[in-house]
Amino acid sequence: METLKAKNKETKKTTMKISGAEAIIHCLLEEGVDLIYGYPGGAIMPVYDELYKFQDKLTHILARHEQGATHAAQGYARVTGKVGVAMATSGPGATNLVTGIADAQIDSTPMVCVTGQVFRHLLGSDAFQETDIIGISTPVTKWNYQITKASEIPEIMAKAFYLARSGRPGPVLVDITKNAQLEEFEFSYEKCTGVRSYNPVPKPKEEAIDAAAELINNAKKPFIVFGQGVILGEAEEELKALVEKAGIPAAWTILGLSAMDTDHPLNVGMVGMHGNYGPNILTNECDLLIAIGMRFDDRVTGRLDDYAKQAKVIHFEIDPAEINKNVMSDVAVLGNSKETLKLILPKINENKHESWHNEFKEKYKIEFDQVINDQLNPTKEGLTMGEVLKEINIASENKAVIVSDVGQHQMFACRYAKFNQSKSNITSGGLGTMGFALPAAIGAKMGAMDREVVAIIGDGGYQMTIQELGVIFQHNLPVKIVVLNNEHLGMVRQWQELFFDKRYASTVMTNPDFVKIAEGYHIEAKRVSKRENLKAAIQEMMASKNPYFLEVNVEQEDNVFPMIPSGASVSEIRLK
Amino acid sequence: MEKETFTVSVYSENNVGLLNRISGIFLKRHVNVESLNVSKSEIDGVSKFTIVIVETQEATRKIAGQIEKQIEVIKAYYHKNDETIYQESALFKIKSSLLFDERQIQNIIKESNSEIVTVSREFFVLSKTGRRNEVDAMHDLLKPYGIMQFVRSGRIAVTKEEMPISALLKEFNQN
Repeated sequence: METLKAKNKETKKTTMKISGAEAIIHCLLEEGVDLIYGYPGGAIMPVYDELYKFQDKLTHILARHEQGATHAAQGYARVTGKVGVAMATSGPGATNLVTGIADAQIDSTPMVCVTGQVFRHLLGSDAFQETDIIGISTPVTKWNYQITKASEIPEIMAKAFYLARSGRPGPVLVDITKNAQLEEFEFSYEKCTGVRSYNPVPKPKEEAIDAAAELINNAKKPFIVFGQGVILGEAEEELKALVEKAGIPAAWTILGLSAMDTDHPLNVGMVGMHGNYGPNILTNECDLLIAIGMRFDDRVTGRLDDYAKQAKVIHFEIDPAEINKNVMSDVAVLGNSKETLKLILPKINENKHESWHNEFKEKYKIEFDQVINDQLNPTKEGLTMGEVLKEINIASENKAVIVSDVGQHQMFACRYAKFNQSKSNITSGGLGTMGFALPAAIGAKMGAMDREVVAIIGDGGYQMTIQELGVIFQHNLPVKIVVLNNEHLGMVRQWQELFFDKRYASTVMTNPDFVKIAEGYHIEAKRVSKRENLKAAIQEMMASKNPYFLEVNVEQEDNVFPMIPSGASVSEIRLK
Repeated sequence: MEKETFTVSVYSENNVGLLNRISGIFLKRHVNVESLNVSKSEIDGVSKFTIVIVETQEATRKIAGQIEKQIEVIKAYYHKNDETIYQESALFKIKSSLLFDERQIQNIIKESNSEIVTVSREFFVLSKTGRRNEVDAMHDLLKPYGIMQFVRSGRIAVTKEEMPISALLKEFNQN
């Protein structure tokens, strides 16, 4: 413990003798937590007993499965920028958190998970519901720690919150043995303000800023790709200022979506496997690629040895381990994106790059004619996922928080949903966790009660966490749930069609009556299958003040295009 | 890029679980650890991992970056063999009768610059410190006579260049 050397500067609080379990509640309150998601069980019961006593200050939402608790905490964290908290018991309770933790790790979501653990004297004895959650969660946590005595609780909890939210955020797991919950000790709390072995935000270097500014000022065809680092760093205004001042076309990664108004004239769309045609093709034609708060995921880059080889690369990034990990940069600008963009702005010359911007417009026209128009204004009989998104945009005036699951509908949502406010696109990007959306929408709604939250989910992913309807019903959360039902695991089916000679192995779904299921939870529910009813159905849903379920039966064998086939270059993007 | 031997030196806090966290970084990338040594370092309260791998320089750089990213790691460096002074230690347990019956054994002890740590009626123990090839050569020489037990330590290494770790810690503490 001495070696942790957490620096605690903000001191106060008189000490009092309380149980470890009560101390955990006080720690949460000290960190400003008023909402947690979880599921009780034997090894965490002392904490739940305290939650009962503190329910006026701290709301606990009972998920219907621990995975749901983590995704709800993630949804909450993603819309608010605050740390989400999930709690579970030992053994299966703890292992059920793992998918959500892994999701939060790869998508840099601040989350603290608290798990109960068997008594210290039973550790290693294969006791009832004992599992080595520290060992299991190590590769997917930013940090984790097992507390075995009550006196450790304040310092470790303070450190957990500090680490989860600082620098590049991520999930932290704190495992607390039952004896530590029951022991009494003198409690006092000090917020953590630093850990000596941890440097959360590298100081920006002036040479790097100058070198980047010079490259930007001399570029003829500069291109910005922005990721979630802009949202996490709250650098939306700075990004917009840079884009407008230098006249640089900018595209988003799936997690960067909503950092910039989707209707901004210099916002040219999405990069990556199912991104827009222009941004992908022109990645290999720009002379300067400016990556801001993104990590060159393989779904963004396609084949690396043919990715932006002609361009100089500037990488604005908070995490030094991301520099030169996948793409070599000519200039790496380390630091918080808000800070580094602020520093570079005064050094940037005004520019327009009109003919370069026109190239994006020309490519968009090709994509519109060959792909987009058929999605948004279809003439075929079956409903398209794209037109559903279009109607949601219209009904919400681009103001909704869109929570998407994983698969075809996710790609349609990210391609066609419109946003004019940041922190509004909540999806599982890195891990691709089916079942993410329904519980994440619960957290998103509770983090933004004044906003519309629309969950867009496929019929496959919906059934992975469908039990969380219970939470929506119990708390009457006005989440709007849209299931785009194509009776298939659509994305896998698409790959089977394109790359496995239409051998549809285990991708055809025989589904239950989703409307009846929603009604079983006393949630208002409708089904729509015909185009002439779609607009009214969506308007009715959006107008509702209550939870609402809408099943849209869409074309069964529709595909998402454009598409960069796995292992292909961004230049080899297919329009059909 | 060619694979070669790299010594990864990690300065860290001395906490339970960190070894697991670091070894997981190698596991995730399917990289085999050739040798591992953990000890205290030149700084009070700071541990040092010395990890030997055979990898490309690029992969090693990325691994060191991922290690350094761990909260309780202060700094991770990597070096090629010619940038470090490195040694290993080995112990050989051998039947005592051989000392008297096999004249050659005494020559091996002398020529290998090894030390006799202990002698008992049944066995004696030789300690040898040196580079891997020297230890291997000695092992090969003794093997025909019968080695009762053999163990070799992980590599320990110091670098020729300075590791400005104290200055870094100071900087962290001031932030």
